[in-house]
Amino acid sequence: MTDFKIDMDRQITKIKAWLAAYDGPDISIMEVCGSHTAAISKYGISGLLSSRLHLISGPGCPVCVTPTAYIDRLLALSLEPDTTVVTFGDLMRVPGRERSLADARSEGAQVEMVYSPMDILRLAKEQPQRRFVFAAVGFETTTPVYAMLLEQLIEQKIENVQLLTALKTMPEVIAWLCENGSGIDGFLAPGHVAAVTGAKLFEPLAARYQVPFGVAGFEAKELLFAVYGTFRAAVRCREERGCADVKNYYPSVVTHEGNELAQRIVDKYFEVSDAAWRGMGVIPASGRLLRAEYAGFDAGSAPLIQDHKKNQACRCDQVLMGRCLPGECPLFGTVCTPQNPQGACMVSEEGSCHQYLMYHRTR
Amino acid sequence: MAHGSGGRATSDLIAEVFARAFDNPVLGAMEDAAVVPASARIAVTTDSFVVEPLEFPGGDIGRLAVCGTVNDLLMRGAAPQYLTCGFVLQEGLEIGLLQRIVDSFAQTAREAGVQVVAGDTKVIEGRKEESGGLIINTAGVGFVPEGCAIGAAGAKSGDAILVSGNLGDHHAAILSKRLGIDNSIKSDCAPLGEMVQALLAQNIQVHCLRDVTRGGLATVLKELAERSGVTMELDEEALPVDAQVRDFCGLMGLDPLYMGNEGKLVAVVAAEDAARARDVLAGCAYGADAAVIGRVTDEAPGTAYIRTLIGGKRVLDVLYGEGLPRIC
Repeated sequence: MTDFKIDMDRQITKIKAWLAAYDGPDISIMEVCGSHTAAISKYGISGLLSSRLHLISGPGCPVCVTPTAYIDRLLALSLEPDTTVVTFGDLMRVPGRERSLADARSEGAQVEMVYSPMDILRLAKEQPQRRFVFAAVGFETTTPVYAMLLEQLIEQKIENVQLLTALKTMPEVIAWLCENGSGIDGFLAPGHVAAVTGAKLFEPLAARYQVPFGVAGFEAKELLFAVYGTFRAAVRCREERGCADVKNYYPSVVTHEGNELAQRIVDKYFEVSDAAWRGMGVIPASGRLLRAEYAGFDAGSAPLIQDHKKNQACRCDQVLMGRCLPGECPLFGTVCTPQNPQGACMVSEEGSCHQYLMYHRTR
Repeated sequence: MAHGSGGRATSDLIAEVFARAFDNPVLGAMEDAAVVPASARIAVTTDSFVVEPLEFPGGDIGRLAVCGTVNDLLMRGAAPQYLTCGFVLQEGLEIGLLQRIVDSFAQTAREAGVQVVAGDTKVIEGRKEESGGLIINTAGVGFVPEGCAIGAAGAKSGDAILVSGNLGDHHAAILSKRLGIDNSIKSDCAPLGEMVQALLAQNIQVHCLRDVTRGGLATVLKELAERSGVTMELDEEALPVDAQVRDFCGLMGLDPLYMGNEGKLVAVVAAEDAARARDVLAGCAYGADAAVIGRVTDEAPGTAYIRTLIGGKRVLDVLYGEGLPRIC
């Protein structure tokens, strides 16, 4: 694995020229992380690419890949007496089988929105007779924070908080995409996940599937450099066997080993489990559940694997797999809008459909 | 609650808190309505203010109420003259806090050169979960000079786009206070009168003016682009944003382009006046960071976009949703 610290300003002109002029075989790179989709939109990076280079959004938006069974369980909990569901803003408007938490709130469901999971400590202490269930959704980036929350609950002997978890991990879903013929020639690897797990997370995937990975940051120039580097690596890997590797374009934050303290605290409270991904079904070993000894803190997370479309024409599942552009969904921008979302990809600000609509992106 | 009944307690409250602060001959007459001198082209606006917390770094609901109202009038080239104010007090509101807010309202009105000529006070019950709140409603009246035709449909291809200073300060200050985040970000709440009068006095050909409030700069420019049937093109490099606000936005996953100010204006002016307009704004008390940030073209009528730092093109639309911080 190689680290890159380069004088980017000098290189930007050359990079942009190569990207705009490329006329070799079509190359598709998948940005797995929703924050990368957002950054690519924000900087207008896809507009800098020739028509032969494709950036495809993947399943890296934790809200988007959560099956409807999870939302429906939250809805049920929010309507139970003496129970309040606590969640981040994104989850409020995601539709379950029929409606969202925001819809239910207007009918008396008890739902509180917070900016940080630690806010639940204050809520729980203020109302000790009430049960609070935190909607713990996320990838490797946020799971350590939930582990820290659990540690605080135990240390402060708070007994009226539980978690409903939908925690997922990257490597198995990337493997699934590679095994299921996604047509992806390389991956832009999520920078914040890698900050926790280390860039080493992607090495076995690069070796097994012979596709290059570029661990990328979120600022305009460093992201552009990572996109360029990964496209070039993908071109080379098409021609030469055995050259696929992981390159770290975000060395200011990401190391090879990652944040070992965070990894340890996650392992302490959570174990590897199967997880259900919208569109892809259950992927073995792709998630995390609370360990058995902490089962008292779990609000029934394990069986929540069913997914039902609110609207049968919704193609969120295809979009998440990178098989369909948002604009190719028949509901995009007409029936399905941020004000009236039919699927999760339109609700979350990092959902591909929301991004494409908000930024008027066609590619 | 007795303060709202219309009886002795009410008149005491008005005399002690409001009349003393807003002291002027019109209000002093304590009539049911104010009869005031006027002129032919009247600009009228109304607004309601429900901000929480009531006091925040850089201002309070009183200052906000005056600035928000006079600035709307100024954006049509009107010289603000008169304000009305209706105060809805929620039971439990501390009188000392009310006095500070009313004094701030009065002081800002003096700064903005407007008279408070009519007012109303009501008291409502507090609900169990909350009390001690305050809502202010205002109406503002100003007069537009003859020949002045500043409006949203006035932008023309070739015009320059300017902003009078740093983006997002007010929104960042309120959010910081609400979340208990420690920083020195202050609301930029301010009346825009000095800047507008200066632009007009210096014969800058001003085609559009808008104050950058809820929805942020991007929302304002998209609306102007649609009303004027032009394209608004911005340069990301030219956008003025305070470093602390930028960092705050980065942390929270917010975008300064969509965050509200309460003391900044966007001006669309004739191209040949761009540099002079910037200098005029920069010479005013609240215009220190004024900048030329883009241009008007006829590329695609009704659209707005920004040239990003790396030369990409990002289409701008109005704000969707509430601009809440994201999960991961």
